[in-house]
Amino acid sequence: MRALIRDTYDTVHEFVRTFGAFQLFFLRLLRHSPRIVMRRPGLVVTQIYNSGALSLVIIMVCGFFVGGVLGLQGYSNLARFNAEDSVGAVVALALLKELGPVITALLFAGRAGTALSSEIGLMKATDQLSAMEMMAVNPVRRILVPRFLGGVVAMPFLVAIFTCIGLFGAHIVSVDLLGVDVGAFWQQMQASVDINDVREGVIKSFVFGVVVSLLAVWEGYNAIPTAEGVGRATTRTVVISAIAVLILDFMITAVML
Amino acid sequence: MDGTSENLIEIIDLKYSRGSRVIFEDLNLTIKRGEITALMGPSGTGKTTLLRLITRQLVPQQGAIYINGVDIATLTQQELYQLRQQFGMLFQNGALLTDLNVFENVAFPLREHTKLTNRLIRHVVLTKLHAVGLRGAADMMPAELSGGMARRVALARAMVMDPEILIYDEPFVGLDPISMGVIVRLVRRMNDALGITSIVVSHDVAEVSTVADRSYLISDGKVAASGSPDELKTANSEVVRQFMHGMADGPVAFHFEAPNYAEQLLGRDSE
Repeated sequence: MRALIRDTYDTVHEFVRTFGAFQLFFLRLLRHSPRIVMRRPGLVVTQIYNSGALSLVIIMVCGFFVGGVLGLQGYSNLARFNAEDSVGAVVALALLKELGPVITALLFAGRAGTALSSEIGLMKATDQLSAMEMMAVNPVRRILVPRFLGGVVAMPFLVAIFTCIGLFGAHIVSVDLLGVDVGAFWQQMQASVDINDVREGVIKSFVFGVVVSLLAVWEGYNAIPTAEGVGRATTRTVVISAIAVLILDFMITAVML
Repeated sequence: MDGTSENLIEIIDLKYSRGSRVIFEDLNLTIKRGEITALMGPSGTGKTTLLRLITRQLVPQQGAIYINGVDIATLTQQELYQLRQQFGMLFQNGALLTDLNVFENVAFPLREHTKLTNRLIRHVVLTKLHAVGLRGAADMMPAELSGGMARRVALARAMVMDPEILIYDEPFVGLDPISMGVIVRLVRRMNDALGITSIVVSHDVAEVSTVADRSYLISDGKVAASGSPDELKTANSEVVRQFMHGMADGPVAFHFEAPNYAEQLLGRDSE
């Protein structure tokens, strides 16, 4: 019994400590951010390209098929109530409020988050971060901040692109293939989507961008500098990002309803 | 202590342990300005750790390290970075930045710390690359270099800011005899011509002997012997003799602590 209490205490203690360190790390990144944006914008632009532009293909392909399946499911289920004209509204609301931000965040964690973690972890394992320290260059500022900011900037754009492509996919499936009236498709969507729905999606995409990028650089920076350690850090990035995104999604939805 | 005293680095009663393993205890060591000082010792004695302590990448549990008369434990991060700009360090594996090519790797400290024009940077970088014989490799990526070449590029990068103190961590490992000769002469020449202070960590007795003014032999967390390479070679201490002449038998055990060999092979230890 005593051992159980001690184990629980140790676990909670460790969790609180790690969480505190994580928050301090976040503040540290924020503190260095303005300087990097003002003086070395090129570094951030490169990382927006690495995290954003290089994720475009996977985001677009997945967006198309998610939209397509929504169109398909929406049509077949709404048809039971003779409401297949509303498929445009259903797809748009689902994509804008939930699926766009959440699936993009999950894909982003898998594509860009892992790349960030393993890159930073390997830089640590091969002494590149120490070498920078020795050259009096702060690796937090030079390496971590641009990568963090790149992810934060890229995510909302990726979500927007995912959502648009998703609508395009839904349009092809429901209008072009299943014969929903094109006027009804757009009109119903316009009538039922209001600015608050868009705002919810934008807020979520921004929050997820911060969380996933932050977790990715944190895991990379704190990786044990061995092949195994870097591998584990990369896995943790995906797993923890997925959990964090889904929990935060629930919380934001609950607050914004 | 004024900034121009003879001793550039002084280590006093240093104690450092990692976990329960004591790496240094009561280590005292002085590095004189303008000399090439070699830190030698059997592998696993913490030579690289000592370099990391001197550059405050690690902090000792006890004792102090003075550089130019300043206790480095008291420096703020900004002061520490200012101090480090006077350091050039060659890492064991080179530690080149893998996303930049050779030219940009050498240019990196200049781009970060100076406002030199591109033309001037190009000039300085090519000069340093020429000194290590790799001007022709300027456009290559670190992944395309052999281990020895990477270390030479890293050497060019270490000296690009014209540091006061150059630290070499195992500079002679993995170099062919020709590059080795060139690098040894380069270390000597830079030290004398530019008036810098060099610290060489190595266990290559023969090469170190040709280049060092003063050597410290570290064993068991302490300085086992010090002096010029010739003094060390003729020293009476058994540790020194064993190390300098590469003998298997002596106070420094070749085998890591292990259970009885015969008993382990016969499986008796698991019973």
